[in-house]
Amino acid sequence: MERYQRQIQLSDFGREAQEKLMSAKVLVVGAGGLGIPILMYLNAMGVGTLGIVDQDRVSVSNLHRQVLFSEGDVEKPKVGVLARKLREQNSATTIVEHPVFLTKENAMELIDPYDLVVDASDNFSTRYLVNDACVIQGKPFVYGALHGFEGQVSVFNYNNGPTYRCLFPNMPKSDEVPNCNEHGVLGILPGIIGNLQALEAVKALTGVGEVLAGTLLLFNGLTNTFRKIRFRAQRQNFGITRLKDSYELACAADISGIAPLDFLKLVERQRLQLIDVRTEKEFKRNHLPLAKNIPLAELETRLGEIDFGSEVYCICQSGIRSKKAIRKMQMSNPNARLIDITGGMNQIPAHALKC
Amino acid sequence: MEVLLFGIAKDIVGKPSFRFEGEDAPPSSVSELKKRMKAAFPELERLSSLAVAVNSEYAEDGQSLKQGDEIALIPPVSGG
Repeated sequence: MERYQRQIQLSDFGREAQEKLMSAKVLVVGAGGLGIPILMYLNAMGVGTLGIVDQDRVSVSNLHRQVLFSEGDVEKPKVGVLARKLREQNSATTIVEHPVFLTKENAMELIDPYDLVVDASDNFSTRYLVNDACVIQGKPFVYGALHGFEGQVSVFNYNNGPTYRCLFPNMPKSDEVPNCNEHGVLGILPGIIGNLQALEAVKALTGVGEVLAGTLLLFNGLTNTFRKIRFRAQRQNFGITRLKDSYELACAADISGIAPLDFLKLVERQRLQLIDVRTEKEFKRNHLPLAKNIPLAELETRLGEIDFGSEVYCICQSGIRSKKAIRKMQMSNPNARLIDITGGMNQIPAHALKC
Repeated sequence: MEVLLFGIAKDIVGKPSFRFEGEDAPPSSVSELKKRMKAAFPELERLSSLAVAVNSEYAEDGQSLKQGDEIALIPPVSGG
């Protein structure tokens, strides 16, 4: 107990809260920017059992925000690296390694042994899956998510409080909202939001303070401002009795797509029409030899340059703008055969590019 | 009437807030607000979930709005 003396001596925390932490079992879903500060603090503060779910390996582009990883950890599985470092940090904690992604097949079983879940994932599929599994099992979960310089924190399904679906009923489609890889994130942001999640987890486990249940905390890093939005539980969201058949992000139903490598095979056999909707600057940096550049911003005025009598393939950097372009083209040419190159230039191997 | 914008809504509109002013009479309900914002910025139409808060309180479509209300448009964000 000596190592926890400085928090035990807080009159509003005390030995009782410390004992609650030490008997608590917490599952952290996602071992990335949010998961790392959450795990480090819950481990340091004496949470008895910490489970970590993630199948990713460390990559160089993780290092600016996932601050427990070192250069030598690149390519190694995240869960294994973290488990080793967390055991060094606090040998009394039981660290449980789950080197898998959370799926609808394993979610119920993975979550079952834990008292509380912390959603530190980086995609909507996992977030809605965590919500539904926690609602079914009657477990609270601490939510945190990022967008650029902004973050959101709340505690859902806590003491019959509102759920994620009470705030955002419907899961976004794949082309609506970009993730960190596409949109970018400032290194410190997940550190701030993850630490706030760890604080909420400690409060929810011990009953100390006021938990952010029914309250969405919005953080803006550019202005360093916090804002709280209050919201209510919607009864229909508690009626979930089983997981949905799929948590795959629905693609907009009317956009057909082709995998980049399949497209490259097609190109070898026939001449195809490919429109690259990135900016002129991006196009100059690299492009596919057959591509014609019509930036998204100029598309409406340059539709005449496209032959809608034959198939139109559309590409951008990551697959977001190409879908927007296809929607625009659909409006003026509802019968055109428009095909999206899924994932965009990011998925095209370097040898196929022209610089 | 000022509308604060978060997440992808801020990116779509291109600035952190939007103001109904001048000859542009402010919308009288949350549903009218959504309709007019979507007409001005068609990409907002595609968001499956878009929470609206009025004076820091989650608001349903039917809620009426008055001059001086502070409004926030909050889409879900996914990064981690």
